Amino acid sequence: MFDDINDLYQQVILDHCKKPRNFHEMPACSCSAQGFNPLCGDNLKLFLTLDGDVIKDASFVGSGCCISKASASLLTENVKGKTKAEAEKMFELVREMVTTGQVTGDVAKLAVFAGVYKYPARVKCAILAWHALIGALKGEAAPVSTENEQT
Amino acid sequence: MSDTKTIDWSKLRADFPILHQQVHGKPLVYFDNAATSQKPRAVIDALVHYYEHDNANVHRGIHELSNRATNAFEAARTRTAKFINAKSADEIIFTRGTTESINLVAATWGAKHLKAGDVILLTELEHHSNLVPWQMLAAKTGAKLAYVPVTGDDGVLDLSQLDALLTPAVKIFSMVHISNSMGTVNPVAEMCARAKKLGIVTLVDGAQSAGHLPVDVQTIGCDFFAFSGHKICGPTGIGVLYGRTEVLATMPPYQGGGEMILSVGYQKSDFKPAPHRFEAGTPDISGPIGLHAAMDYLDAIGRANIWRHDQELANYAAEQLGSLKNIRIFGPKNNRAGLVSFLLKDVHAHDVVTLADQGGVALRGGHHCTQPLMHKLGVESTARASFYFYNTKAEVDTFIEVIKEIQKFFAA
Repeated sequence: MFDDINDLYQQVILDHCKKPRNFHEMPACSCSAQGFNPLCGDNLKLFLTLDGDVIKDASFVGSGCCISKASASLLTENVKGKTKAEAEKMFELVREMVTTGQVTGDVAKLAVFAGVYKYPARVKCAILAWHALIGALKGEAAPVSTENEQT
Repeated sequence: MSDTKTIDWSKLRADFPILHQQVHGKPLVYFDNAATSQKPRAVIDALVHYYEHDNANVHRGIHELSNRATNAFEAARTRTAKFINAKSADEIIFTRGTTESINLVAATWGAKHLKAGDVILLTELEHHSNLVPWQMLAAKTGAKLAYVPVTGDDGVLDLSQLDALLTPAVKIFSMVHISNSMGTVNPVAEMCARAKKLGIVTLVDGAQSAGHLPVDVQTIGCDFFAFSGHKICGPTGIGVLYGRTEVLATMPPYQGGGEMILSVGYQKSDFKPAPHRFEAGTPDISGPIGLHAAMDYLDAIGRANIWRHDQELANYAAEQLGSLKNIRIFGPKNNRAGLVSFLLKDVHAHDVVTLADQGGVALRGGHHCTQPLMHKLGVESTARASFYFYNTKAEVDTFIEVIKEIQKFFAA
């Protein structure tokens, strides 16, 4: 019945939503940030451990829809070992991909989110963890939300 | 009113042009009626007729078109009074919807009658539209909010606590008639009677009830009753506030401007009595005209019949969903209104709604503008199917099949 939806719920996404990776708190983290979309209830907290400019470790906890959880899970895998600048660059690539469908750089496994742009109501779910990442890197104290803006 | 046996429900379905389409290659199953209803041809035609033949500004004109527009506008007011059995058309105020109706009461009645220490009594089932205006009023006046509690997932109010909550400090009791997220039907006549004995003013939020069951504001005994046109087959942007004459007479104007004045000077103005006192500026004219057509349409079917049909579909859907595993169903066991809220284990409501949409089924997922209630029940959101008279049992079967497929999809 759901043949057309596989571009949104790709196997990798389903796998990460059911078995999220790096799904734990990180008490000794260098920085953290909360991503919260009160309208739909997606609520996650992202933790980063930095070694100088390099993200040594990343994890998250929280609850939300399949897309937001899988996105957070894949994010934590993706940003480990990246510098802050590389992570910010990845955020830009992911944002462009989920809003336009255009992939203009090497997004590795994150390419599974390329179909999200066809579901405008779900873009905010896919990008929430990435906004939390930027929030954490910038030391934002207030939770970030992706509900009231064009991502 | 028609008898159930004589109603050809499928023929009524043909009156709704929008229902006959495919979505994602599947026949549309529109189960988001608690958010807004679809419009029958008669309502669309009434709007087109007005704009093609009678459009003019109301009340002030002397020319033919203005007379026609004014007559149609005021005829809609009279029709609305009949629709809810108000004593007089002067008790009917046109607003933009239920939300504005409640805001109007909070802004005018509230400003006049509430002071610090007074209590506004609500229920835990309320939609944000019957919460936030009172929170704003409380912040302004120093009044406090109190709530009749909900017992649990069945969405039923614990009315054993009502007498204890109806303290002398309570000045107004505002309650939802039918819960948009749970499908609970509150015994509003009894609740209003208990408040009225103590001289407490009452407001009933009828957004989910007015178009679904027979409503008689005199039998309910409320001082205010609010509802929206778009949920009862009428256009968006038109709503109704019923106010009992004696209560309206105590209230200052809402907004200032044209239409609501008797005479205006540079320093001071005199205002019209209700209802025009509360309707400043050029109103939505086509809205009441479309609403008039909608009310005629609904009453030709008979709201008692619509209610029976709604309940049959909702009971059937709840029963079918209840036979599935890993599902949590909300709402009362008995006397459920025409909607079912539910959660699938380990599947977020938004994923349910996105997938259902691919199956052609329009559901709603989220907190349904009842965030405090969701919080109390320990959930972030639910998925909701809400029905109207043009929905069919076969559509419920399609919906159940789609839900089963969604469970399979996420279990795989």
